[in-house]
Formats: sequence, C-alpha cells, structure tokens
Amino acid sequence: MERHFKNEYEHLFASLIKMGSYVEEAVEHSIKALLTNQINLAKQVIDGDNRINVLEIVNDNLIIDLLALHQPVATDLRMLLADTRINNHFERIGDHAVNLAESVIILLNSKNSKDNLLEIPKMAELTKKMLQGAINCFIHRDVQLAESVLKQDDEVDDLNKSMMTLVAQEIYIEMEEKVANPKSHDTDKNLERIKSGMELLRISRNFERISDLATNIAEEVIFIIQARTVKHNITVSEQK
Amino acid sequence: MDPLELEIEIISKIKVENLNLYYGSKQVLKNISLNIKANQVTALIGPSGCGKSTFIRSLNRMNDLIDSTRTEGTILLDDVNIYDKDIDVVELRKKVGMIFQKSNPFPKSIYENVAFGPRINGINNKKTLDEIVEKSLKRAALWDEVNSNLNKSGLALSGGQQQRLCIARALAVNPEVLLMDEPASALDPIATAKIEELIFELKQKYTIVIVTHNMQQAARVSDETAFFYLGDLVEINETKKLFTSPDKKQTEDYITGRFG
Repeated sequence: MERHFKNEYEHLFASLIKMGSYVEEAVEHSIKALLTNQINLAKQVIDGDNRINVLEIVNDNLIIDLLALHQPVATDLRMLLADTRINNHFERIGDHAVNLAESVIILLNSKNSKDNLLEIPKMAELTKKMLQGAINCFIHRDVQLAESVLKQDDEVDDLNKSMMTLVAQEIYIEMEEKVANPKSHDTDKNLERIKSGMELLRISRNFERISDLATNIAEEVIFIIQARTVKHNITVSEQK
Repeated sequence: MDPLELEIEIISKIKVENLNLYYGSKQVLKNISLNIKANQVTALIGPSGCGKSTFIRSLNRMNDLIDSTRTEGTILLDDVNIYDKDIDVVELRKKVGMIFQKSNPFPKSIYENVAFGPRINGINNKKTLDEIVEKSLKRAALWDEVNSNLNKSGLALSGGQQQRLCIARALAVNPEVLLMDEPASALDPIATAKIEELIFELKQKYTIVIVTHNMQQAARVSDETAFFYLGDLVEINETKKLFTSPDKKQTEDYITGRFG
C-alpha cells in the first residue's frame, strides 16, 4: 500500500527539484554573462529571481502541511527538517546569483573595466561544479557525492582569499602610478579601474557564499540519510 | 572533575532476562531481555499482537491468571525474581500497580474506591484513611475536581476522571511501579492530555511502564521506548533517538507507517 505521506511528499520533492534547477540556471547564466559580456543575460537572471522566491513560499507551505498533518518521525522528520533548510539555501543562492548579475552589469557598463578577471573564472567553474554536485546529491540521495562537495569548499575559500590579495596589489599599483605621474595620469580611469577591482571582489565574495550554501545542502543530505550532523566541523561527541 | 562530565547513574528498577512466554504451544514472547529504569517512563509500542500487552502483564504476573500460560526466564524487581516460588503475588501487585485501558472503578463512592486497597491491607483508622485518600487523589490530579463530594459514586465521574480515580486507587497502596495498558485510548484529547501530564508528574516518585498504540503519545510521555514485533523486542532506545534515528530498519518502517 502506498503511503499517503509519500504521495504528498512527492509534490514537495518535485517542487524543490524545480527550484534547484532554477537556481542552477541563474548561477550559470550569471557566469556566462560575465565571461561572454552578455548584459541581457545578466538582466534575465535579475528578472527571474522572483520565480525562485515564489517557490520558496510554496515549499514552506507544503512543509508546514506535511509536518502538521502527518507528524513525521525518523527519516521522514529529518527529510522535512532538511528540506526546510535546503529550501532556504536555494533561495539565498538565487539572491547571490542576482548579486553576481548586478556586478556583471556594472562591470560591463564601465568604460575602463578590467579585462583581467584574475581568479574569477576558476572560482566560477568550481562553484558551478559544487552547486551541481549539491543538487544532484539531493536528488539522488547520494552521500558519496555529498562528501565530495564538502571537500571542494576549501578550494573556493582559498581562491577568495587570494582574490583579496590580487585586487589589493592592483589597487596599490594604480595608486603608485598616480603618485609617480600626478599630472599625466587620468584620474577617472584610475578610479574606474579601482572600482572594477572592488566589483571583482564582490563577485568573488558571492561565489564564496554560493559554494558555502552548496556545502550546507550537501551536509543536509548526509543528515537525511545517515542521521549525522557534519556542520561546522563539530564531531558527534562534541554535539552531545 | 568538570561537573558537566558527571554522569548520573540511572538505576534499573526492573531487569528482564531471557523472558519467554507461551499460551499453550504458541510462543508470544521470545527471549526478551531489557532493563526498565527507575523513575522513568518506558513506553512499549508495536502492532496489535506483537506481545507488548502480554509483556506488561508479565511484570506483575497478571498472566498467571490465564490458564495454560507458561513463563520462562527471570524478571528481577529490585534484584528479586518475581517468578520465584516463594513470591507473594498479592504483595507483588501492591508494589506493581496496574491501570487498564477501560477505567474500572468499583461501584462505590470516590472515597471508598481509593480507601479500598488500604482497608484490605488492614488500615482502618479514619484519619489515616482520610490522609491516604487525599494524598492519592492529589497525586492523581483529581482532588480539586472531587474534594467537595467524595461520597459521589465513582461511576458518576467522566471517563477521564474515572481513569484518574483508578490511578489514585493504584497509588493508595503505595506502589513502586505503575503499569499502564493503553490508559488514554478511550479518552478525548483533553482528558488524554491530563493523563499525559499526570504521567509526567508521577515519574518523579514511580517507575512507569506504558503500552500505547499512539506513537505520538509514546514520544510525548516516555524517556525510553521499546518496539515489539511478533513477540520479539526489536529495539529499546532513548525515546528521542528512537523517533529521530532508530537503530533498526524494522523500527523505522513501523514508526513511519511503512508497515503495521
């Protein structure tokens, strides 16, 4: 006999998968817009965020109904608790994709923006891979894949830190040039280049946040399947 | 030593070892071993016919009343085997009281229902009996509702009040363990909530074992939960562990409604 709960849960699961695909698309389009200078694609990401926000509310309501009407326990309970958080993580990733798109528009509108994106392409690739891994491990309940997502987070963090250094160095160079040639130097151009450096840092920061949230999703998948909390590198004995 | 590291040892009130129980040739309990901790509530869950009621009835030898019952193994109450030949079963049932699914007050006044047990035990002093009745009704959270009319028939009370009267009657003989077989299954949600609150209060003084079909009730009132299936004890665990991540798949399947 099919359980009534299972049928009801399928609606939620399908809706979360749909939300995951929208979020993945938003991040991918932001990246593509940045790497191929497509301002319209970036605008599409901003316009499309509302459908992600709507799904967050829809999913919240489905979860409340399932909790209230079925009073789930064990795996069912863990699944719904995790889904509540994953729903929120997806929505936040959508917001970060919008932030990325906004930065892309600023960079592309700037006459003197930098051609050199430093570590950003590498970060984009890694973040995209982590997000795909997180969504796939959620769909397929794959602990191994979830664990591989967790392992990649440090790499993105390191790239984010190295972006700080690289941009700081570039700003320093711009300022040195200005000091060395105070009369001949184009101040506007100088400032624009510093601003675009700052925008790259904002992009870097958003990739770092997306990869953190992808990590959180993978952690939730492990919680669902193995009833194990792997957050914050805290061991089980410390949790007791 | 860091006080947070201090672990309070919870004493086992009842130790069941290799308990087998047969009705004629049919084995209904299969090699059950478990400990019931003092001043805690232990809930027994499982589908109909799993042996949980038989098990609870074996804790005060109520199964002795059924012909062709055979029991093997030991049940130690404070380290004394209650199945020893020289055990006085009446004394045992004073120590281990029982509350049934259907409340069963005597067709007597509220006062006499509670005073019945102490009177049988030879207490006839009016003042002492008054004290026992008041204390028992208070502990059963019924005193405030009935103290103005203790001469009213116990049968005139509502279902929930009758059940609390039966609890007061069990408490009057000063038991150490209370066995409750589906104590709230015939009650409405308000009366059920009162019984559950009462169980929570009573565990301060008594060790409680409760059989329930209502898993949410087991989750709400108990410290430990034991899952029985087809005469086997599948799992006994801390209630919060059993209802969030049970050790056994069979338990998981039962509590999530996949079978049973």
